[in-house]
Amino acid sequence: MASIGYAHPEVLVETAWADQHKSDSAIRIIEVDVDTKAFEEGHIPGAVGWNWQTQLADQVRRDLVPKADLEKLLGQSGIDNTTTILLYGDNNNWFAAWAFWQLKIYGHRDVRIINGGRKKWLAEGRALTVDLPVLEQKTYRASQPDNSLRAYLTDVMKVAGSTNGWSLVDVRSGDEYTGKIFSPPGLPETCQRGGHIPGALSVPWGKNVNEDGTFKNVNDLKSLYETLGITPDRKVVAYCRIGERSSLTWFTLKYLLGYENVKNYDGSWTEWGNLVNAPVARGERP
Amino acid sequence: MNILQPEEYKERTESIPPFEVRVMSYRLGATYHCTVYNLDPGAVIVRSDGTTRNEAETKALTRAKGRLASAAHRLNED
Repeated sequence: MASIGYAHPEVLVETAWADQHKSDSAIRIIEVDVDTKAFEEGHIPGAVGWNWQTQLADQVRRDLVPKADLEKLLGQSGIDNTTTILLYGDNNNWFAAWAFWQLKIYGHRDVRIINGGRKKWLAEGRALTVDLPVLEQKTYRASQPDNSLRAYLTDVMKVAGSTNGWSLVDVRSGDEYTGKIFSPPGLPETCQRGGHIPGALSVPWGKNVNEDGTFKNVNDLKSLYETLGITPDRKVVAYCRIGERSSLTWFTLKYLLGYENVKNYDGSWTEWGNLVNAPVARGERP
Repeated sequence: MNILQPEEYKERTESIPPFEVRVMSYRLGATYHCTVYNLDPGAVIVRSDGTTRNEAETKALTRAKGRLASAAHRLNED
């Protein structure tokens, strides 16, 4: 089984398990996609779709979804504090991981990711529907946000360039890291400068996953990070462009490999790459 | 609840110079759905559908070429 050896195997479920349990009353399946229209194309029967742009972010300032809004979203989705939430989505679970990260910040106890996400579910020919489930309104009480899981600009400023004890991990593509391109091809450019935060190591998110969208086995993941000196004793900050790809790396390091101190810098390159007078490194060297 | 099975799932890599893209398509009921991703980092560029696989893919790839043109232009400027 793929999850053998992971530090917290309970946070990952296989598609077959999700298929078997998709109608359990204690479970709610949530789809979160990069492409916010994908859910309407067809989704796992019983699943609820969340829009990362309008439902998982503050709608006034740039920030995470406010606590009260998350409580309302969860209640409307038929979720209370005892519900097991199964997350999945497109792009190998980018925004499923983003939702996972926010749910952990707000203290949800049992949240899991469907290994392989939407891609694997489709490839396996598992059932889809375009119908929406009938949901029972629940009451949800979120915890105060656990900001130990999150890095702010001020945190990153302290370690940029001299990362003693810290590892900065840039999970974007190689061309975004070097500064050759400003955004993934075909997506809007949202920064003024290309390059990376000085001292950051390049470990593109895709190195965490297999061709079928599932996470790599524990030995491959250990080798990937430890050969670069990103070892469990270090404090790690992962970043990308807007924080969703890096939440997948955050998930990998914290839950699959068991790193104690891992933060996701959701400001990421759209914050750093727009700052006046911020140090920027270009090219392949950290 | 109306249940459908996704069928005929296929993926392939294509070149839209100077980029490579991943073309994924499948059939759900009477509709073929196609999504085009950039190969690196793997983000969705466009999605389309049609009554045949060819129609869905042709529409998606045409739109993807348009979206990628500006990115290619920047690379050529450098």
